[in-house]
Amino acid sequence: MQHILKIIAQRLALGLLTLFAISLIITFGVELLPGDLAQAILGQGATPETVRVFRLELGLDKPPYLRYLDWLGGMATGDMGVSLSNKRQISELIGMRLSNTLFLGGFAALIAIPLALTLGILAALYRNSLFDRTINTVTITSISFPEFFIAYVLILFFAINLGWFPGISNISSELSLGDRLYRTLLPAATLTLVCVAHMMRMTRASIINLLASPYIEMARLKGIKPMRIIMRHALPNALAPIVNVIALNLAYLVVGVVIVEVVFVYPGLGQLLVDSVSKRDVPVVQACSMIFASVYILLNLFADIVSIITNPRLLYPR
Amino acid sequence: MNNMFKTLSSAPLSAKFGMIVIFTYLVVAVFAPLIAPYGEREILGRAYELWSSEYPLGTDNLGRDMLSRLIYGARNTLGLTLTITVLAFLLGGILGMIAAALGGWVDQILSRIVDVFMAIPSLIFALLILSIFGTSMPYLIATIVVLDATRVFRIARATAMNVAVMDYVEVARLRGEKLGWVIRKEILPNITAPLLAEFGLRFCFVFLFISALSFLGLGIQPPTADWGSMVRDSSTLISYGDVTPLIPAGAIALLTVAVNFVVDWMLHRSSGLKDVS
Amino acid sequence: MLVDMKDNSGSESEPLLQMKGLRIEGLSENGWQEIVCGIDLQLKRGEIIGLIGESGAGKSTIGLAAMGYARDGCRITEGDIIFDGIELRTASEEEKRKLRGTRISYVAQSAAAAFNPAHRLLEQFAEVPVAHKILSLSKAKEKGRALYRSLDLPDPENIGERWPHQVSGGQLQRMMVAMAMSCEPDLIIFDEPTTALDVTTQIEVLKTIKEIVIDRNVAAIYVTHDLAVVAQMADHLMVLRHGNLIEVNSTGQILKSPKQEYTQNLLDARSRNEKITAQIPNPKTLLSIESVTAGYGKGPDILQDVSILVEKGRTVAVVGESGSGKSTLARVVTGLLPARFGGIHFRGEPLPDKLNHREKQQLQKVQMISQLPDIALNPRQRVRDIIGRPLSFYLGLKGKEKEQRINELLQQIELPQSFIDRLPSELSGGEKQRICIARALAAEPELIICDEVTSALDSIVAKAILNLLQRLQNELGVTYLFISHDLDTVANIADQVVVLYAGRVAEQGSKSAVFQPPFHPYTRLLLSSVPEMRQGWLEETLSTREAKAGIAREVKITEQGCPFAERCPIAIEDVCVASRPPLQTTTSGHVYACQHSIEVLLRESQY
Ligand SMILES: Nc1ncnc2c1ncn2[C@@H]1O[C@H](COP(=O)(O)OP(=O)(O)OP(=O)(O)O)[C@@H](O)[C@H]1O
Ligand code: SF4
Ligand SMILES: [Mg+2]
Repeated sequence: MQHILKIIAQRLALGLLTLFAISLIITFGVELLPGDLAQAILGQGATPETVRVFRLELGLDKPPYLRYLDWLGGMATGDMGVSLSNKRQISELIGMRLSNTLFLGGFAALIAIPLALTLGILAALYRNSLFDRTINTVTITSISFPEFFIAYVLILFFAINLGWFPGISNISSELSLGDRLYRTLLPAATLTLVCVAHMMRMTRASIINLLASPYIEMARLKGIKPMRIIMRHALPNALAPIVNVIALNLAYLVVGVVIVEVVFVYPGLGQLLVDSVSKRDVPVVQACSMIFASVYILLNLFADIVSIITNPRLLYPR
Repeated sequence: MNNMFKTLSSAPLSAKFGMIVIFTYLVVAVFAPLIAPYGEREILGRAYELWSSEYPLGTDNLGRDMLSRLIYGARNTLGLTLTITVLAFLLGGILGMIAAALGGWVDQILSRIVDVFMAIPSLIFALLILSIFGTSMPYLIATIVVLDATRVFRIARATAMNVAVMDYVEVARLRGEKLGWVIRKEILPNITAPLLAEFGLRFCFVFLFISALSFLGLGIQPPTADWGSMVRDSSTLISYGDVTPLIPAGAIALLTVAVNFVVDWMLHRSSGLKDVS
Repeated sequence: MLVDMKDNSGSESEPLLQMKGLRIEGLSENGWQEIVCGIDLQLKRGEIIGLIGESGAGKSTIGLAAMGYARDGCRITEGDIIFDGIELRTASEEEKRKLRGTRISYVAQSAAAAFNPAHRLLEQFAEVPVAHKILSLSKAKEKGRALYRSLDLPDPENIGERWPHQVSGGQLQRMMVAMAMSCEPDLIIFDEPTTALDVTTQIEVLKTIKEIVIDRNVAAIYVTHDLAVVAQMADHLMVLRHGNLIEVNSTGQILKSPKQEYTQNLLDARSRNEKITAQIPNPKTLLSIESVTAGYGKGPDILQDVSILVEKGRTVAVVGESGSGKSTLARVVTGLLPARFGGIHFRGEPLPDKLNHREKQQLQKVQMISQLPDIALNPRQRVRDIIGRPLSFYLGLKGKEKEQRINELLQQIELPQSFIDRLPSELSGGEKQRICIARALAAEPELIICDEVTSALDSIVAKAILNLLQRLQNELGVTYLFISHDLDTVANIADQVVVLYAGRVAEQGSKSAVFQPPFHPYTRLLLSSVPEMRQGWLEETLSTREAKAGIAREVKITEQGCPFAERCPIAIEDVCVASRPPLQTTTSGHVYACQHSIEVLLRESQY
C-alpha cells in the first residue's frame, strides 16, 4: 500500500509540475513576441500614449516574474483579470460558459462511453465476422471525418430536411433540463460520433491484443465460455489502455467542443476562446487555455491513477 | 517491382479504393492550373450563384468559381499538410530514435519535455500561439510541426526502444559502432513499417487540424483557396438546404478516409499472420 | 503397430483416448503445411505416455489435439480423436468446452504466462469447478487449499490469496498442476512443464506431477524434449520428428535398446563425454577479474567480490542457478555494466570500466555470443552484411578480400557458401547461432564470452554447436568464458569451472576438482539435481538430504553470512548465517567458500 501511495503521490506531483510548466508557457508566450505585443495588437496607427496605457493594462511594465505571480495568484483566487476588448471581468465571462461546455461534454460522454465499450467488446468477441468488419469500416470512416462535416450533415438532415431538432443550440439557464437536452442533442451527437469510433477501436484492439496471450489460451482450455473469457480474463488486463483512451476522449470532448460550439453557435467556452483569439484578447485566451489545459491534465492524471490502482502488480508488490 | 505489384494487388478493396483516391488527389494537386476552369482568385460573377454549366458548383461568397477553388484548395492544403508532416517526422523521428538509442539522461530530458508538450491539448496551444503572433503562415507551420513532432517522438522512441533492447543492437554497441550507424543500420530498417503507418495517421491529423483552424478562420488566410475556410465561407447556405458547403468538407473527409484505409491495411499486414482464424 | 500396448488392452479396459491417422496443418508463409502427418495413439486409464522430440516435431500440437483444440493458425484435417467414446472432431464447441477443464485438463509450459495476472491464484483454481457447476465457490476453494496442503506448498492456507507475480516460478508451476486437478480429470496434458526451470526447481515440479499423476491414477500425455525427464514419468514413449512417428515403445526398451538411429542420436546428445584438459606448457593469464562488485542502478550488489582468472586458450565455465548473477558478470566484462568496485585486466593491461572508454582494439579482442540467436541477428541484414561488418570495421577489409574472408568463415562454421545471401528469417536456430559465432570470429578475438549459447537449442543441435566451439578453440586457440546453467554442457566443454551462487563465488578450480569429491555443498546440490537417463532416478534423488534441504528454494542475495545457508544440509547453526564463509584454497589451487574444512567436506561427500 505504501508503495502504491508513493507512486500516486509521484504522479500527482508530476501532474502539478506539468500544470506549472504549462502556466509558464501560457504566460511567457507573450514574452516571445518579436517587438511589442501592445504595438502589434493596436496596429501601426497607435499613438505612443495609447500604447503606454495599453501596456499598463497588460501589466507589461512590471518585471516578468511579478507579472507571473500576479497572474497565478489571480487564477487561484478566481480573479482572472479583465478582458481587453470589452473591459469586463474575465471570471464573469467564463463562469456560465464553462458550465455550458461541461454540460455538453458530460452529455456526450454519457452516450459515448457505454456505447463504445459495448461495441468494442462485441467486435472483439465476434472478431473477423461480418459484424466486426462492418464496424471497422464504419468507425475508420467516422474517425476520418472532420467534426464540422459530421455537424453539417446532421444539421442538414435532422434540422433542415426533417426539422426534428434545432440547428442552432442557443441555451440559457432559464431552460428546463429537458429543453436543454433537446437543444444540445445534435452537438452532443456530433461529439459522440467522433469519439465513439476512437474509443471503440481502442477497446477492441486492446482486447484482441490480449487474446493471443497464454493465459487466454489457458482459459479456453479450462473450458470457460467465450463471453466470460473476454469479460473476466481479457478485460481486466486491457483496462489500463482502455481507461487511457477514455480519458483522452473525455478531454477531447471538452477541448474538441471548440469546433462543434462554433458550428452550432453554442454559448460555451470554446466559442469564447475562438472569438478572443481572433480579437487577440490575450488575457481571455490565457485564462481559457489554462482551464482547458487543467481539465486535460486532470483527466489524464485520473486515467494514470486508475491504471495504477487496477494493476495487481503495483498494488501488491512481491 | 513485380513484388510490389503483387502486394498491391493483394490489398483488400478498401485499401485499393484508398490508394486510387490518394492518387487522384495527388494528380489534381499537381496539375491544378491545367485542370481548373478558372483562376484561383478570379472574381467572376455574383456571390452564391447556383450550380450551372458555366460554374459547375456555383460561386462562393465573393463570386469566385467554387470548382476552381476546390481544385486549387487541394494543392494548397495538401502541400501545406505534407510539408508539416515531413518536418514533424524529421524532427520527432530523429530525436525519438536518438533518445531510444542513447537512453540515460538524454532520453530523460527529451521525454520530460515532450511529456509537457503532450499534456497541452494541441488545438488550445495553437490558438494561444495564434493569438499572440497573429495568423501568420510561418508561425502556424512552426507551431504545428513542434506539436506534431512530440507525438512522432513518442511513437518513434517506443518502437525504437523495442528494437534497441534486441541483442543485435547490443552487439553493434559492443563492437564500438557510432550512434549514427546504430540508428541508420540497426534501428531504422526495423521500424519503418510502424513509422510509415504513423506517417499516414499524422498526415490525416495535420490535415484535419489545418482544416479545423481554417474553418475557425485562423488557418490559411484568404485569398488563398483552402477547403476548411471554404466550408466556413459557404456555411450559411446549409440553412437553405443547399449541400454546397458539404462539398469541400466531403473532400476533406474522403481523403482522410482513403489514407486511413491504406494505413489500416498496412498495420494489418505488419501485424503478420496473427489473427487468421 | 502398437503391439505391446494392444496386448493387455483386450479385456477390461477400453482405451481412454484414441487417435487414428491424425493429420494437422499449420499456416506458414507458404500456405498450409502439414505439421502432424498421420499419428496413431492409444492411452488407457491411469497410463502415462511421453511425447518426445525436438522443436517442430509437433508434440504440443498433438497434445492439444487430445483436447479437440487447435491453436489459431492450425487446423485438424484428418483422423479421429476419440475420448472415452466421444469423437472430438465432430463434437460441437459446446460439448468440447464441457470436457475441457473437467475431464481433460492442461498444464502449460510457462505458468508465469499462463496464470492470469489480474486474478488471485485460488480464484483461478476455483474457476473451473464453479464455472462448470461442479462445486460451490467455497467448496472449490476449500478443495484448493487441501490440494496445496497435500502438495507441501508453503503456507497452503494463504498462498492461494496471493497474485501470480507473488510466488516463485517453481511454486507457480506446481500450483498450475494443482489447478489441473481441480475437477479430478481423467486425463492431463503436460506441455513441457519444466523446460523453463532450473534443475533444482525442476525436481520439485517433477515431484508434484509424480504425486498427482501416479498416486491418483490419472492418465497423462507428457510432452517434452528431454528424454531424461520423461524417463522418470512415462510408461511408454513416442519419439516424433517433423510430425512423423519415429518409434514407440515402453520407456525401458527405448532407453536400453532404441531401434531407430534418430532415437539413438537423442540419447547420445544427452550423454556426457567430458573434455580432457590438455596441458599447456606456459599458461598465460588472458583475463583477470579482480574482486568485482556490481549491481544495477541503485539496487543491491548483485555480484559481490568476484575474482576469476582466465588462462589463454582455455575454457572457463561459470555455472549457477537463475538469478545467481552469471549474465551480470558477462555484462561487467563487456563493459555494459561498470563495476562498483574492483577491476578487470586484459592481456595484463587494465580494461576501462565503461564501454565507451574502451579502445577499438580492446573491443575487437573481446567478443560475445548470447543465448537467443533469434534476436542476436538483425532481421533486415543478410549474412554477408552481418559477418562482413566486423571485417570492414576492425580490419578494414573491402571488396574481394572481404568476400573471400566471409566465405572462409562460413566454411569454418560448416555452412555452405550459398548462405551468404540469406536473411536471418531463412535460417534455423542452430544456423543462426553459427552465424553469431562467425560474426564473433570475424573480429579475430582472443576472448569470446558465451552466455548460455546452447540453452535455446535442441539437444542434437546444441551438441553440434559445442563441438564446433571446441574445434575452433583447438584450431585458433581462442579463449572462452562460458556461461551456462547446464552442468552436462559445462562438463563437455570446460577446463575450469566457477560455481556462482547469489553473486558470490562458491567454488572454483579445475573441472575435475569441482565435479569430484570433496564437493562444495552447493555444487553437490546442482550435480545431484541433473536428471539421469534411467528410470527411478527421481525417487532416489528425492530421498537424498540435498534434495530435501535444497529444492523448492530460490536464490536470495544476502549481505551477511553464507547465502546458501538456508538450503544447505550441513550448515552449521548460528555460524553460517552470521559470518561470511572464509575462502579456502587447497594445494592444487582449488578455491571454495565454506565454513567446513576440506576434510569435513570430503567426509560429507561420501555420505
Ligand atoms: N537490468 C537489470 N536491472 C535490475 N536488476 C537486474 C537487471 N538484470 C538482472 N537483474 C537482477 O540481477 C540478478 C542476477 O541476474 P542475472 O541475469 O545476472 O542472473 P543469471 O545468473 O544470468 O540468471 P539466468 O540463468 O536466469 O540468466 C537477478 O536478481 C536479476 O533480477
Ligand atoms: S558456509 Fe555453511 S551454509 Fe555455506 S555452504 Fe558451507 S556449510 Fe553450507
Ligand atoms: Mg542469464
